Amino acid sequence: MLTPTAPGAADPPPAPPRPRLAQGLLLLLVLVVLAFVLDVALGPVRIPVLTVARHLLGHGPPADAATAFIVHQIRLPKALTALAVGSGLAVSGLQMQTLFRNPLAGPSALGLTAGAGLGVAVVMLTSGGVASALAVRQVGLAGSWALVLAATAGAALVLALVLALAARVRDNVVLLIVGLMVASVTGALVSLWQYFSAPEQIQAYLLWTFGALGGVGGAQLAVLATVVGAGLALALASAKPLNALLLGENYARSLGLRVRRSRSLIILSTSLLAGSITAFCGPIGFVGIAVPHLTRALLGTADHRVLLPGACLLGAALVLACDCLAQLPGSQLTLPINVVTSLLGAPVVLWVVLRRPLRAAP
Amino acid sequence: MSHPAPTPPPAPAMVADGLTIGYPAGRKSPPRPVAGPLQLALWPGELVCLLGPNGAGKSTLLRTLAGVQAPLGGHLALGGRPLASFSAEARARQLSIVLTERIEAAHLTVLELVRLGRLPHTGWLGGLAARDHAQVQAALAATGTAPWAHRPVGELSDGERQKVLLARALAQDTPVILLDEPTAHLDLPNRVALLRLLHHLACSLGKAILLSTHELDLALQAADRVWLLPTTGPLLAGPPEDLVLSGAFAAAFQREGLAFDPATGTFELHAPTGPAVQLLGDGAAAFWTRRALLRAGFVPTSGPGAWRVTAPAGPASGVWLSQRPGQPAQAHATIGALLLGLGTATSQPA
Repeated sequence: MLTPTAPGAADPPPAPPRPRLAQGLLLLLVLVVLAFVLDVALGPVRIPVLTVARHLLGHGPPADAATAFIVHQIRLPKALTALAVGSGLAVSGLQMQTLFRNPLAGPSALGLTAGAGLGVAVVMLTSGGVASALAVRQVGLAGSWALVLAATAGAALVLALVLALAARVRDNVVLLIVGLMVASVTGALVSLWQYFSAPEQIQAYLLWTFGALGGVGGAQLAVLATVVGAGLALALASAKPLNALLLGENYARSLGLRVRRSRSLIILSTSLLAGSITAFCGPIGFVGIAVPHLTRALLGTADHRVLLPGACLLGAALVLACDCLAQLPGSQLTLPINVVTSLLGAPVVLWVVLRRPLRAAP
Repeated sequence: MSHPAPTPPPAPAMVADGLTIGYPAGRKSPPRPVAGPLQLALWPGELVCLLGPNGAGKSTLLRTLAGVQAPLGGHLALGGRPLASFSAEARARQLSIVLTERIEAAHLTVLELVRLGRLPHTGWLGGLAARDHAQVQAALAATGTAPWAHRPVGELSDGERQKVLLARALAQDTPVILLDEPTAHLDLPNRVALLRLLHHLACSLGKAILLSTHELDLALQAADRVWLLPTTGPLLAGPPEDLVLSGAFAAAFQREGLAFDPATGTFELHAPTGPAVQLLGDGAAAFWTRRALLRAGFVPTSGPGAWRVTAPAGPASGVWLSQRPGQPAQAHATIGALLLGLGTATSQPA
């Protein structure tokens, strides 16, 4: 905008950027594997990294039964949940940032997680008065599906509402305020519900809002993995529409995109991801908004065919790493995952805001 | 991109017959036509400038031709087929656009942006084949944007960005390209360069290029034909020179106190009411002397006037002569000095 350079004056070296992208993705994959092994190894009971690696590679289970139990029943499900949470939230954030053409869009900023939380609350209230969000972890297979359905519907509802409003007002700040308002309305409904609940149920709800990767096991993990897998597959199939939408809806339409259909697919994918993850693990902040920016900066591209797998891997690695940090290595304490992701994610968002001014109002 | 320039063009790339443009009926409002019925034809190999005052419906017409907005009535054909019968993808292979809206994708490089032009030619994942890469390179080369291929789009100047957006449209490899005010926000050299490039592309690649613009003088020079859309009345099409001589231009831009001068192809900025001045001489010095006299409120004529001013023949070492009838001539070294002389003279009682 301010750089009227003479042609040829400041040409960057025309290096083919593709190998760098492949290297970047490979690096991220290695990071994910390392973080996964470390996450299984760390915890109140330290398991040697080598034992974990041998076990994961199929060289037989750990010798003693207690370690085997910990790995199978606690650590592996938790690490797998972290994998799903990280990749799902990152991809959902990336899709929202492109769809809204807004660098500050993300599942929590726009009230998606609040909508999902409301969906969860509705299910819990109507299913026989088990008014405790912690009971999320005790529901069976059918209950899991109902929860996911309700949370996804809640998230999709909020997303559609925000999208409809975004079409009327093209302004970053207004969009974020709308997200805040939606979040406070759902928050008010949840408060009302809490007001008529027993103290221990309120405590359970508070624990849910801290976010937790543990405790999602068996049937729930299968449901979570299935839904997140479907959401990711939908997202990858939307790579071409997302690329076209980078230029805005008019250009996208002129490039032959059926905008309405593509947008519906992207909303569905985003809602599935954010909804199911929030249902099982609580509102986990900042992964969805921060990881897409980190991925773009790391890979230096705007091409979603690279960004989607990149965000997937980086999100997974980041949440696994956050979970490792949450174990507070060297102590018996475990921090809520939300505390760690927020501590790491908030500076990233600040960096995004400070690095370049938000889109000036036209 | 290997279309030979067709002479004579076999068939129009776009045809509109009785086309009415505007906004459809809302829940409370009746349909609001903006212009029409319009008869239009856009031929391969020609650069057409769409001109008209603000509010005449230029943008609406462009959006309608691009298929973004449905017409209120009439018939619109692209390559001999009704535009409405095209699927979105098929239309994208026939028609590309350059819009005024900003592109604000972080980390999007010029190369990635131009590659997006190939989307309608790719499969469901958007992967490019060798043929697509060749088209992208050709588009970069044709617009002179290849050196910036790896720069982020956000760092380009306005002039550079317009060229890159044009490269994207070229990469889309469509017979028709529509541009909405591509010269807005550009400085004069960039405007001239862009129009020259567009004219060249229309000639050499046989594209049908339509652009809306407010640059009257540039459009008059560069356009093969002009579509003149007045606020009321039918759209007039033809070579710019014909439209100027027929008075269509003057009529379309008629405003209070504004007059289009067919002799110069510009709008008169000044409405002089002062004494007539006979201006002698020709060439650049006479041209600019005339402009200065107009601005100062004199009416330059070729017949006798209250003054006679002689402009120098040579541009460098000239002397301007001013003379009232029956008085000795005065010499002035510059136009500034001439105006000063005329000014003091006119203030004296005649």
